[in-house]
Amino acid sequence: MGKRVGMEVSIAAAEAVKQCNVDVVSAYPITPQTHIVEHLSEIVANGELDAEFFCVESEHSALSVCVGSEAVGARSFTCTSAQGLALLSEITYIVSGLRLPIVMIVANRTLSAPLSIWNDHSDAMMIRDCGWIQYFVENGQEVYDHVFISYRTAEDREVLFPAIINMDGFTLSHVIEPIELIEQEKIDQFLSPYQPLYSLHPDHPVTMGAFALPSIFAETKKAQEVALCSSMPKILEVWKAFGDLTGRYYRPIETYQAEGADTLLITMGSFGETASVAVDQMRAEGRSVGLVKIRLWRPFPFDDFKNAVKGAKHLVVIDRAVSVGGPKGPVASEVKSALYGMEGHPAIYDFVAGISGRDVAPIDFIKMVDKAKIEIEEGNQEGYELYGVRE
Amino acid sequence: MTENLNVFAVRTLTQKEYFAPGHRACQGCAEVLAVRLVAKALGRNVIVSNATGCMEIVSSPLPFTSWRVPWFHVAFENTAAVASGVEAGLKALMRKRRIPRKKIISLAMAGDGGTADIGLQALSGALERGHDMIYICTDNEAYMNTGIQRSSSTPFGASTTTSPVGKVKMGQITWKKNMPAIAAAHNIPYVATACPSYPIDLVQKVKKAAAIEGPAYIHILSVCPTGWRSAPELSIKLGRLAVETGVFPLYEVENGKYHLSMDFPKLKPIREYIKLQGRFRHLTDDLIEEIEKRVQKEYEALKERAKQGV
Amino acid sequence: MTKPESEWTWKELPVGNVVLEPGNASQYRTGDWKTLKPILNKDLCIHCGLCYIFCPDMAYNLSEEGYFIADLFYCKGCGICAKECPTGAITMVMEEEEK
Repeated sequence: MGKRVGMEVSIAAAEAVKQCNVDVVSAYPITPQTHIVEHLSEIVANGELDAEFFCVESEHSALSVCVGSEAVGARSFTCTSAQGLALLSEITYIVSGLRLPIVMIVANRTLSAPLSIWNDHSDAMMIRDCGWIQYFVENGQEVYDHVFISYRTAEDREVLFPAIINMDGFTLSHVIEPIELIEQEKIDQFLSPYQPLYSLHPDHPVTMGAFALPSIFAETKKAQEVALCSSMPKILEVWKAFGDLTGRYYRPIETYQAEGADTLLITMGSFGETASVAVDQMRAEGRSVGLVKIRLWRPFPFDDFKNAVKGAKHLVVIDRAVSVGGPKGPVASEVKSALYGMEGHPAIYDFVAGISGRDVAPIDFIKMVDKAKIEIEEGNQEGYELYGVRE
Repeated sequence: MTENLNVFAVRTLTQKEYFAPGHRACQGCAEVLAVRLVAKALGRNVIVSNATGCMEIVSSPLPFTSWRVPWFHVAFENTAAVASGVEAGLKALMRKRRIPRKKIISLAMAGDGGTADIGLQALSGALERGHDMIYICTDNEAYMNTGIQRSSSTPFGASTTTSPVGKVKMGQITWKKNMPAIAAAHNIPYVATACPSYPIDLVQKVKKAAAIEGPAYIHILSVCPTGWRSAPELSIKLGRLAVETGVFPLYEVENGKYHLSMDFPKLKPIREYIKLQGRFRHLTDDLIEEIEKRVQKEYEALKERAKQGV
Repeated sequence: MTKPESEWTWKELPVGNVVLEPGNASQYRTGDWKTLKPILNKDLCIHCGLCYIFCPDMAYNLSEEGYFIADLFYCKGCGICAKECPTGAITMVMEEEEK
């Protein structure tokens, strides 16, 4: 058992980056990600981590610096939020196309306009299809753990994809939680130094980033898509190995009181903990309600998800982003496509809740379950609403 | 000037080519010639980060490459950031003894659009951070790869597809952005201008940049027959005329001190340069005179700076 | 020899579409772009190498006899070599005039 200490989650994240012996850190400050960068700069300034650290002139350059360093074989790290993620989003697609295993923490925050520094998932949804492995973690311990998990998974020769750890801004980034720190010897055992398959070096000159004509582009995309989907066994294997090391086992889909439940709440990120309190209350009242939490957003665990919701009558999906003019909330549309064609699939009611950090308490989850029940029973099989908006 | 007198000087250059033939640049492209010379000057111990643009497209159609040294293309506007990452990564790996210690040059290459326009911010950041890298701008004075659109490096009066000659406008209405001065304003140890029409000078400057610790910026005028609407065989001559007319003076800024690489007691008439290019065909005598005056004024100012050693 | 892009299957592509063979573009013939080709008059050649150094297509190579000769596999016929030759030893002629 490692030491359990109370610390701010951003600091725990920075400590994990240090323990991964990262070679290059490059970032640009943006609320609510700042504490991670600040703490990392202190760590480097104190000589606790031997890394090149750059606070660059934009997020676009922050990730671009990492692209350069990762391509020569250096383990690289960056982190950002919202507008910063939007600015560097161009490069996210390139990183996955180049198959560079960079790890990035996104302290999830609302995309402007209006400007808002608070938390939701609109930033993460913007780059949903960028081809990175994308985790949504629930608490500080998961943030800390997933830094190690991400590097080991991303750098595996059978994976070689970049990874994003989505953690809710403020709700996680700025709170103090008890974190069980892992001894460095254990980390060194779990995570070997990065050994790139291809890297830029004069001793073996390769060309990276060649352009593709239409006559070969589709082949490159097929190779990329198949590779990301095929990395699922490795993602699971690394989680298993991490569990064996620490006793904390993670899965792509986590369930709570879901067995045989008629109604299932579907959440992603830190809402999971609040929702579980609501589930406890409803269970205490004798209601058949459970919770399904999506931890792995990309590659989407379709089979695990289908298994988790099998037998449920109502799904109440809690989205944290609006898909303006689109097919309702982004998680709900994923859920719908996962269940399309499934015999006797449950009715799906979609709430967008807690955008721009608006508080969602256990009682709100109960209200949403109640509202969904009424609506579904009245025949509204595919309901959607922005929860708690003043009319 | 020595260069013109000693035509045999080129025999002193290595015959090794690190940029392979079979590339798809246009006939008479002086930009690709500049790249070839830069590659020659730097040899094998280099990692090239190349911005999106002509040189990227002509040299890397998957599954082919013209590059015999490690080469990297990421995007258009971030080449300086990528090359600084290359430098930082190598530095960290060497310090942590994960790769053997040796001098590997991080070279960034971009065109004038990728440098003076969309890449300016990333370039400024990299220069300010002081990475040990070389940044080369191959300036063909417009977005040639996308079909000759104007950039901030397009000279006054030039007709491009987005600064066309119309009933009320006579081509580009702004003056060429002074990129070398912007680079020099970052107080970096080395800034130079070069042109492949003077290959020995160009190679020497690139070698000097490689030997210097810290960021070096070299701005290379690259004649583009396609975009300048000039005859392909004139590409070397036009580069020479750009220098001899004072349109593109060759100079160095070493630790803030200006030094003219070649000086001319009397500049050639600018008309000699302009008349060979279709992009200037529409210019009236008045406009040519206006350009000439400005060129002379700027050349004199440069000369003065060099004389005073500031 | 690297096969052309239209013959690659998705399974054959290296991870990240890295090109592993340095300079393999040299198998690509650019020589058929030209209409004019350079002819060297060896009597006038002073072996200075300007044709070689100014060639944007790396077509010129030094022969065993000490002359720089254009490799027509690559030469795009731009005419820079003829224009820059200090002794006028190179002339550009139509390809079909070749004898």
